[in-house]
Amino acid sequence: MSIVFEGAGLTVDTPDGSRVVLAPTTLELAEHRIAVVGANGSGKSTLARMINGLVAPSAGRVLVDGFDPARDGREVRRRVGFCFTDPAAQLVMPTCAEDIELSLRRTVKDAHLRRQRALQVLERHGLVDHADASVHTLSGGQKQLLALAGVLAVEPSVVIADEPTTLLDLANTRRIGDLLLGLEQQLVLVTHDLDLAARCDRGIVVADARVVYDGPAAAAVDHYVASVPA
Amino acid sequence: MSTPLLLGVYQPGSTVLHRLPVWVKVLSLGALSLTIVLVRDVRAAVGFLALALVLAAIGKVALRTLARSTRGILVIAVIASALQWWAAGPDKAAETLLDLISLALLALTVTATTLVNAILDSLIRGIGPLRRVGVDPERVALTIGLAIQAIPGTVALALETRDAARARGLGSHPRAYLTPFVIRVVARAHETGDALAARGIGDD
Amino acid sequence: MTMAETADSTTPADAPARRRRSTTTDIALIAAFTALIAACALVIGIPVGGGGVDITLQTFGVMLAGAVLGPVRGFLSVALYLLLGAAGLPIFAGHSSGLGSFTSVSAGYLWSFPIAALLAGLLVQYVGRSRRTSALVVFLCAVPGMIVNHLAGVYGMKLFFDTDWRTAFEYDAPFWLGDVVKILVVALVAAEVHKAFPHLLRRG
Repeated sequence: MSIVFEGAGLTVDTPDGSRVVLAPTTLELAEHRIAVVGANGSGKSTLARMINGLVAPSAGRVLVDGFDPARDGREVRRRVGFCFTDPAAQLVMPTCAEDIELSLRRTVKDAHLRRQRALQVLERHGLVDHADASVHTLSGGQKQLLALAGVLAVEPSVVIADEPTTLLDLANTRRIGDLLLGLEQQLVLVTHDLDLAARCDRGIVVADARVVYDGPAAAAVDHYVASVPA
Repeated sequence: MSTPLLLGVYQPGSTVLHRLPVWVKVLSLGALSLTIVLVRDVRAAVGFLALALVLAAIGKVALRTLARSTRGILVIAVIASALQWWAAGPDKAAETLLDLISLALLALTVTATTLVNAILDSLIRGIGPLRRVGVDPERVALTIGLAIQAIPGTVALALETRDAARARGLGSHPRAYLTPFVIRVVARAHETGDALAARGIGDD
Repeated sequence: MTMAETADSTTPADAPARRRRSTTTDIALIAAFTALIAACALVIGIPVGGGGVDITLQTFGVMLAGAVLGPVRGFLSVALYLLLGAAGLPIFAGHSSGLGSFTSVSAGYLWSFPIAALLAGLLVQYVGRSRRTSALVVFLCAVPGMIVNHLAGVYGMKLFFDTDWRTAFEYDAPFWLGDVVKILVVALVAAEVHKAFPHLLRRG
């Protein structure tokens, strides 16, 4: 899967004048696992969201396998799965199985088959005992696991994760982190977890709305750490 | 608190009333309620109450559920009929009392013999024909699922925000926790909207 | 970066993306406010007397939905709240639920909730417009909705008790003060929310 940023940037109008959220950025993301690190509000989330069209660039464009997310959103979202920080915001149906079924709704039209597939997905992630339980009865880690299972259920070619472990404890951070890094799919991981970031194949540092470093993940983490005043 | 909170008064069973189609029950309830309110006669009121009791018996509505759910309405009915007695005489009072109890009983019988999901499913099937005027039943179903799912989380958010306000010594000002609470609800809804879009929900 | 800012870009190529996202965000907002009204009715209830009538923030949630979401989404979220309650989820004031609430003494208030939210939303969006960040403006926009709500409530009681308008108004009067306070709080909160999310009412 090729993800190409062609001078893609975003400037928004605010009551105090225009503000650059992401300066025009040119990148090609082809590595298996790519970490994006940077301070809060640096623009790294915007960069990630442009890949699946949640944020449209105000200049330039992004191409995912040749499709522009701003125009061919449907094609792009078939290929790109997105995992958010707060599982509470992305789990949308009352029970675990129903939430997975919602993801499968487009690919599996038959209701019984869909239910079967959802149970298989839950089985794979060790959540099948919770199939008919309310999503609120899950722990934070299980919720994020379920959210990720919902994303992976439709077998996307790229998974984008925007700070997926920020709200999790250490054990769950490791579990979700290992799951993400072990995926066959291409991974774009926006994270504050520098250990996780260092294990990727490539690291991008975003600061003040622009990419300030792009290279091996470990070196990117070092660059980011060095840029933060002690 | 999620599960017990959302149990409702449904009682599992296999009586005729449990098996009747939802729309038949809901329409009959509507028609009967309207008749009870419109027919002003104390003898008819006795008849309605008898009918309501028979229906509750057919549906095997447990006495305990009956007592618990009608306690509130009984208090109101008694007060109301006391006022009526004073204003319009004993006949009127008796009629008001009986009518209010009948209405509560009938509605309770339908609710006790019908699963929440059955009502919602029936509704979604019912609006199928509205597809032609731009109503998307799947989208309605999604919104319903989303809302049910969000209730326990929103209650938790309300309590959490209230505790945060109390911790800062602002507990006595409802506005001090209501504003952050509502802002968090709106912010989370935006995130959920993004998550739905990311899962391709708006694409079809 | 807030969601409000990200939703703001408006290049022509951006139009389909915006439409799709606003659909899913609308669904999420409608569901979120349905849950919010339920949370208001559940958490912050203050039982008075026998439990039939509670002072709750149910009215707060309803008017807030209109004032924050505008007429269409406000109406839909309140209608969905009533629907879920009717289907049997115990989310009405005092943990009651079911169809009984729609045929009880206070039914008039319940039935008119969506209209009250619609009216408040219409006025906030089209009369309040950019002044909706002022609590006073939102308050004035919410008053007519509240009046409609009380008129419907009075009519309901008139019907159920079979009395004259005057008596029904006397039953209704004790609730006025509380409701005025509630929409004052609605106004304060909604104004803050519109400051935090300036684009919530950009479209219909």
